[in-house]
Amino acid sequence: MKYVDEFRDPELISKAAEEIRRLADPGRHYRIMEVCGGHTHAIYRFGLKDILPANIDLIHGPGCPVCVLPMGRIDDGLSVARDPSVIFTAFGDMMRVPGAHGSPLEHKARGTDVRIVYSPADALQLARKNPGRHVMFFAIGFETTAPSTALTLIRARSEGLTNFSVFCNHVTIVPAIRAILDSPDMRLDAFIGPGHVSTVIGCRPYEWIARSEGKPVVTSGFEPLDLLQSIVMLLRQLRAGEARVENQYKRVVPWEGNRAALKAMAEVFELRPYFEWRGLGFISQSALKLRDQYAEWDAERRFPIPGARITDPKAAQCGEVLKGVLKPAQCKLFGNECTPEHPIGALMVSTEGSCAAHYQYEHRKNLVSVA
Amino acid sequence: MCLAIPGKIVEIDPAQAHLGTVEVAGVRRKVDLGLIQEESPAAGDWVLIHVGFAMTKISERDALEQMRLLSMLGEAEQAMEEVRGYSLLDPAPPH
Repeated sequence: MKYVDEFRDPELISKAAEEIRRLADPGRHYRIMEVCGGHTHAIYRFGLKDILPANIDLIHGPGCPVCVLPMGRIDDGLSVARDPSVIFTAFGDMMRVPGAHGSPLEHKARGTDVRIVYSPADALQLARKNPGRHVMFFAIGFETTAPSTALTLIRARSEGLTNFSVFCNHVTIVPAIRAILDSPDMRLDAFIGPGHVSTVIGCRPYEWIARSEGKPVVTSGFEPLDLLQSIVMLLRQLRAGEARVENQYKRVVPWEGNRAALKAMAEVFELRPYFEWRGLGFISQSALKLRDQYAEWDAERRFPIPGARITDPKAAQCGEVLKGVLKPAQCKLFGNECTPEHPIGALMVSTEGSCAAHYQYEHRKNLVSVA
Repeated sequence: MCLAIPGKIVEIDPAQAHLGTVEVAGVRRKVDLGLIQEESPAAGDWVLIHVGFAMTKISERDALEQMRLLSMLGEAEQAMEEVRGYSLLDPAPPH
């Protein structure tokens, strides 16, 4: 329990850990997926694996939007910025992520007008201030960021501001869970549902996982105690042979989600028939695009887009790691060819990717203990 | 981007009710309140912020917990960089 001294309620943590040991059937192996990249980071940072019995495996899911974005999308987005009148804007997380022809930051070094924004609203503000330029916002993220992009587009449209567009890469989490559940080598028992995504979508969208797939889901907060309590709730259901959606993070997640955010998303976006996820391949109805009434603000319709497709090297086993078939360190490339400094596969790209988190917190630790 | 940043609304823009000045660990920036209008945001409320937009109202206790969590995850500095980066200082007048 390496960080136990920092825990706010060490006594409650010990109690939760004890309860987990009591509930876990020693004759059974449990595979519980945390869907959200923020949870993955917290699990590694707090060393929760060391608290859990050996027969409970936490499988790190696809909830890192930077990781699952196909490289070709970065090249496509940057191709628009070859036009010198265009200002390419994106969140800082995107700046070092490589496309086939370099990252946004490398394009900037070569003279492309690439700027970091911290909010889509700031990209829109840049467009207001630069009426002679076109500002394109490279939008990325799950339902935590998609409503903000939507509301920004609603504002742009109501102001008639047409020197602004969005290159939309927003994805939705539920179809990715479905794709993982549908794969033949899937071995999951239960899910820790996302925390902040659920503040937007609520808990209802997970109900089919319990009802049709028979897998319990608990939406969880990010503190060590939150995560352990969520595991207790999942184990109680598994032990009783039940499958329900429960909300451990009630203090922040309303069961129905954020209606205003869902309304803004519905006004602006519709589902793409399919979209490619790095590591998982094409998943139907898993991503958002702009509706026809927003075509004028859709960078993919305003500009010619090459439609670049770059496949990851076959040796990278991101898909197997995402499905829980392999652990990060079991991938042939992990730690040798594929490192956070030189990511080859999707999950090494951002600190919220499971391989990068494993490398940062476990791999380095092992290297130090060997030395 | 994925972990929310907690802040306290200190003022609602009288001219544009969807904008509020929010304070995060001593730093004040304009934040868009458009997605929590149904929760009737007011000065003194605590909110969770994603990419410049308040996403939900929370209690003061949960706000302090969230800030502590960001510190424990080593993400507090990155969060403050994001907040300082919000540049909605002089929005265009509404049409």
